[in-house]
Amino acid sequence: MLDTLGLDTQILSRIQFATNISFHILFPTITIALCWILLFFKLRFDFTANPVWMRAYRFWVKIFALTFALGVVSGVTMSFQFGTNWPGFMEKVGNVAGPLLGYEVLTAFFLEATFLGIMLFGLNRLPSKVHSLCVFFVAIGTTLSAFWILALNSWMQTPAGFELRDGVVYPNDWLAIIFNPSFPYRLAHVLLASGLTAAFFVAGLSAYRILKGDQKQAPRLALKTGLILAALLAPLQAFVGDLHGLNTLQHQPQKIAAMEGIWHTEKGAPLLLFAIPDEQQKTNHFPIALPKMASLILTHELEGEIKGLNAFKDNHPPVKPLFFAFRIMVGTGLLMLLVAWVGCYQLRKANEPPRWLLKLLVAMTFSGWLATLAGWYVTEIGRQPWLVSGILKTADAVTSVAATHVGLSLLLYLSVYGLLMWAYIHTLKVMALKSVSVEEFETTPPAAGANLTNLPMSTPRNTL
Amino acid sequence: MITQAATDWLPIVFIALMGLSVLVYAILDGYDLGVGILLPFAASPNDSSPVSREELQRDTMIASIGPFWDANETWLVLAIGLLLIAFPTAHSLILTNLYIPAAIMLIGLIIRGVAFDFRAKAAVDHKHTWDRAFKAGSLLTTLTQGYMLGQYVMGFESNWQAQLFSMLSALGVTAAYCYIGAAWLILKTESDLQQRAVAWARRAGRATLMGVLAVSLINPIVNPGVFDRWFQFPLVMFLLLIPTLCFLCFIANDLLLKRLPKAKDRHCWLPFLLVSIIFSLCFCGLAFSFFPEIVPGELNIWQAASATESLQFIFYGVVIVMPLILLYTLFSYKVFHGKSTELNYH
Ligand code: HDD
Ligand code: HEM
Ligand code: HEM
Repeated sequence: MLDTLGLDTQILSRIQFATNISFHILFPTITIALCWILLFFKLRFDFTANPVWMRAYRFWVKIFALTFALGVVSGVTMSFQFGTNWPGFMEKVGNVAGPLLGYEVLTAFFLEATFLGIMLFGLNRLPSKVHSLCVFFVAIGTTLSAFWILALNSWMQTPAGFELRDGVVYPNDWLAIIFNPSFPYRLAHVLLASGLTAAFFVAGLSAYRILKGDQKQAPRLALKTGLILAALLAPLQAFVGDLHGLNTLQHQPQKIAAMEGIWHTEKGAPLLLFAIPDEQQKTNHFPIALPKMASLILTHELEGEIKGLNAFKDNHPPVKPLFFAFRIMVGTGLLMLLVAWVGCYQLRKANEPPRWLLKLLVAMTFSGWLATLAGWYVTEIGRQPWLVSGILKTADAVTSVAATHVGLSLLLYLSVYGLLMWAYIHTLKVMALKSVSVEEFETTPPAAGANLTNLPMSTPRNTL
Repeated sequence: MITQAATDWLPIVFIALMGLSVLVYAILDGYDLGVGILLPFAASPNDSSPVSREELQRDTMIASIGPFWDANETWLVLAIGLLLIAFPTAHSLILTNLYIPAAIMLIGLIIRGVAFDFRAKAAVDHKHTWDRAFKAGSLLTTLTQGYMLGQYVMGFESNWQAQLFSMLSALGVTAAYCYIGAAWLILKTESDLQQRAVAWARRAGRATLMGVLAVSLINPIVNPGVFDRWFQFPLVMFLLLIPTLCFLCFIANDLLLKRLPKAKDRHCWLPFLLVSIIFSLCFCGLAFSFFPEIVPGELNIWQAASATESLQFIFYGVVIVMPLILLYTLFSYKVFHGKSTELNYH
């Protein structure tokens, strides 16, 4: 039956892998940066003894714990996927992929999992500063985890430091493998993406609380922290993204050609703001373009030459998903920049953020997810038809398990993930609503005239 | 750099490490899965307060594993990771053969992991449902793990005898996890709940003993290689120490449980120690049955090993990082020593 739908083991495995990793990344992308934000709250409390910081910490650590749990369980699934669905991957490049994954388990997973227990349950059993140190270890753990997995993913994009013997990859320079050409850019870009995702998540949920009538200081403080963080990171992200794109142009030019919808090699290529790429006729419909801008951005010359898809024959990734996903990511990034800056300006102007801003922030709570997923789709689909650029084709790595089995497991995952996603969002909402009326009443107002992130307290409703 | 000797001994080091992680996993995640399965739901006899006694007990039980379950589960990730790193061929062979049960086990782990956190969160209205999900997820996990163990021992046969054996193994492993879970509760709880745990431990202990006996009898019968290996004279005299010791531990623990809890809570830690020893002995028995084969009857560890360069690279990491992991794991158990009381979240 699956055959008649055109669903063979390979397609199903790809859908399953994409489903699982897409579900997984939603949670790490929040936890990686949220943990550093929590550390910030906690340290501010340790050093100022201002209880508002502790209240902000206590609310957000609960959300962190929930998000982390979802990250862990979906991650454990990921670690089985390589064996169950991509045996060819391990047989061919396992000598490189294995140790990188192994270092992730050894240096990152144990660290974060063990100290997470202490972070969540040990607050009353340890001196506050020792507890903060444990939070720090969890943050290091999540970041290290990103380091190793991105080293592997980047190596799959731009392999280096290896040799082929009988078609199998053997490592010969581990430093070159880890610090492969696209790794520094990808690591920086993904960590910044995490920072932005968490910043808008924190700001959005805090705005929701304030909109629902929360009078307390803690959500205002969190909102401000999120907005300032976003305002700092958004321009940085655009800058790093540009560098990342230049690096990709150097190593995977076919990806850039597909992202920009450039069908034929040209000089002075325009930047397409919108178009509908057409694979059959190899052209774009309804283009809205800025003349010569693509060449300017990518080659830093108005008349610079950009290779088109025609230069790669059929060896290039599908154009439409790349083209659109890239525009979604960059569009979201620019919107984030705008909102964060306007938001900070408004906060400077007035103590209480205006309602339209709060509503806008609520709408953007999960904007980081959108941009992150879009970005990963650009990267991963842009690598097709290769699984490891130039070494292993996706089609050659697939499992021999029957299509019905993969179909069944996919169905299982999809239904469980659907349910979990609903439960997660629902629980976030309930937690935010609950905190409006109970929890975290402040006893002492923050010191007046304190530094930047302390909300000034002029209106009486702020001091509750 | 790469010597023949390294090519010979590195696979042994890695199979030992992998075995160790599987054993540590079975003991550590074993107790928290066991606690999950044992969660009581029956209406309590004298239920007058708004929060039932059963619910309080569930809170305490879950609090007793709260700080640990995530790290415990990481040992599974390490075991699978080591299999992947060191023996990639075996990794794909085993996991493609166990495709469906592995997927179901993962679903079980997912349900359990999130239920744990959701129950404690604001959605109090659904706490009961999450508790049930926690129990069901734990059960699903242990049953599929036992089933996979059975399939592994049976060389991934799909005939009905193998299926039957795997079902038996599923029940046996589940009983064993309940056993160690109950022993953990005896260590971490007091009064009423502790008494219940003692009763659970006795029942689960007997069920586990049956399971171990059944597996030990059937394994050498269906795998002639295993039989030859165990019943080689004079080695057999020495080897029989393993089952004998194991049996003695079962008996000793049963006798001890009859006298628990003692005054001043003496010996409350002893059942957990004894069950851990039982787990280790059973594991040694299994390992001895198959070593150095990694996929019974098909692959040995040298055939399945990955490149020596890769093993060496990760070996350095293991040597440096493993002691640190053990150190901070000990630290975490020290922070949370003593009886767990109500769920004291964050
Ligand atoms: C950029 C970040 C990132 C990416 C691309 C991935 N992960 Fe992940 N993963 C994390 C960042 C992360 C994390 C932040 O470290 C998590 C999220 C929440 C958590 O508990 O740790 C995690 C958890 C996590 C766990 C559970 C760890 C534990 O028990 O604590 C496993 C086994 C994996 N992941 C495995 C994978 C695999 C096999 C991936 C790719 C194919 C992968 N992750 C992609
Ligand atoms: C975390 C964010 C990630 C997302 C959202 C993501 C998304 C995707 C998607 C959509 C595909 C399917 C592409 C296609 O078939 O057209 C894919 C494939 C794949 N990716 Fe990723 N990916 C991520 C990270 C990673 C990482 C970190 C690794 C490995 C270290 C990885 C390894 C693979 C593999 C092995 C495949 C399967 C082969 C294939 O279908 O191309 N991915 N990913
Ligand atoms: C604003 C301007 C941005 C630019 C110019 C930009 C540029 C890029 C480029 C060129 C890639 C593909 C690299 C490759 O496949 O080799 C990429 C990937 C990605 N982007 Fe962006 N990006 C921007 C904003 C964002 C934002 C706001 C987020 C998330 C909050 C984000 C998240 C990602 C992620 C997760 C990936 C995939 C991982 C990677 O390859 O780095 N990006 N970005």
